[in-house]
Amino acid sequence: MLTLDRVTHTYTTPDGRPYCAIENISLSIAGGAFVAIVGPSGCGKSTLLHIAAGLLAPASGLVRVDETPIAGVNRRAAYMFQQDALLPWKTVRENVALGLVLAGVTSEDAHARANDWLGRVGLTAFASHYPSQLSGGMRKRAAMAQNWILDRDIVLMDEPFSALDVHTRQQMETELLSLWDDTTMRPRRLNKKTVIFVTHDLEEAIALADEVVVLSAGPGAHIVAHHQVTLGRPRDLLDLRTDPAFVDMYRSVWAVLRDEVVKSRGAVRD
Amino acid sequence: MLAWQIALALAILALWQAGVALRLLDPFFFSRPTDIARRIATWLVDGTLVRHLFVTIEESLLGLLVGAALGIGAGFALARAPMAARVCDPFIKMLNAVPRVVLAPLFLLWFGLGIWSKVALAVTLVFFVMFFSTYEGVRSADPILIDHVRMLGASERQLVRHVLVPSALTWIFSSLQTSLGFAMVGAVVGEYLGATHGLGYVISQAEGTFDTTGVFAGMTVLALVVVIVSVGVSRLERWLLRWKA
Repeated sequence: MLTLDRVTHTYTTPDGRPYCAIENISLSIAGGAFVAIVGPSGCGKSTLLHIAAGLLAPASGLVRVDETPIAGVNRRAAYMFQQDALLPWKTVRENVALGLVLAGVTSEDAHARANDWLGRVGLTAFASHYPSQLSGGMRKRAAMAQNWILDRDIVLMDEPFSALDVHTRQQMETELLSLWDDTTMRPRRLNKKTVIFVTHDLEEAIALADEVVVLSAGPGAHIVAHHQVTLGRPRDLLDLRTDPAFVDMYRSVWAVLRDEVVKSRGAVRD
Repeated sequence: MLAWQIALALAILALWQAGVALRLLDPFFFSRPTDIARRIATWLVDGTLVRHLFVTIEESLLGLLVGAALGIGAGFALARAPMAARVCDPFIKMLNAVPRVVLAPLFLLWFGLGIWSKVALAVTLVFFVMFFSTYEGVRSADPILIDHVRMLGASERQLVRHVLVPSALTWIFSSLQTSLGFAMVGAVVGEYLGATHGLGYVISQAEGTFDTTGVFAGMTVLALVVVIVSVGVSRLERWLLRWKA
């Protein structure tokens, strides 16, 4: 269980004025839940994720994992960034094995486990390639393997697929769901991972998540609504978007999000 | 490409030779390509070339090693300590602005006529190239990569090893070519101003006796060595940075 308790964060703008990015956000995410956070661009979604990851200390408020407040980097979480975060000077295999090597696993062992994961994400043939030699979709697959191999309980994802073309993106979403659904790789634990998925794309949010959290426009973004997604699982993402239940869901969440998007445009114009 | 390059070199040499033969150029001042080639051959046979070249290369390599070690060390230290970097900034700029030729006599006094005064001169040149590349390399490390590797569980030391060092290495390798050239310049200038061995010494001796053939022969050997070394360095660089697209 990941809990954000009245989290507020304020930046100092380049001209020295304080800018309140997020204000008083409280959110509890049950273990094994897939939660999507949507909101207009610039509303502080990434800030929220950075705070949950422990990469950024909130101005006030607490982040707790199973009742224990985090101090510094959140060791229970993996973080998949929007930008490519593979180390360009390491091969795909070395990248996937990196987290294990950092944890002190011998490189032989780490590489063997990395090979398993490369097989799961279909990159066995590219194990010795460098990231610059891969396509965008392959790099995302490698990044997923790199994060999943650590088997952390929480996975934070910051618009991970936003740079991909529509088809590759849908394919990656499908692969993400099948990784998340598949608990066979976690023999000692029955639970799925807890996923927090930040996106500006409401369709993506509804298609993937159990719950969609809508953030308001900034400054001082706060939570305006929670929506439970009642679509069953497993979901077929190819046909889901035309499913009447999906369309209804989309319409009701969009009604809320739309207002915030309009507000954020107004704020820009000011 | 290589064929064109050789053709161009031959054309220039032919023009030079013809100019002297037609008395447009005075051989006393300009020598002749054939004389220069003959002189280099003589040096090769009697062992002069190997003896002096060995000393110059030894000084250059030592200068490169010491200068790189100091420059990379200092670059790393200051990149990780912004406060110290700001304090040191004007001093580094001042030191870098000192013309090395005026340092040479001082180094001769301090380190003697042997190789170490030349090594010191090479170090003063290499140090700054390496220092600035390392400093920039560490500071320009991608903050996303840093965050990412932290999330994967890296300690500060692992962060340095897996992100900051490789990130700086790309800059350091890219400046290897320049550094090597500077190391040789430092060694040769040092020899030129006071030595008992080395190519710079050979050139200065030749100048002292108005032996232009000797001067050109020395310069030619030096140029050839630099070309050969730089081909090697580009190969090395390409291999070390093979991960770049």
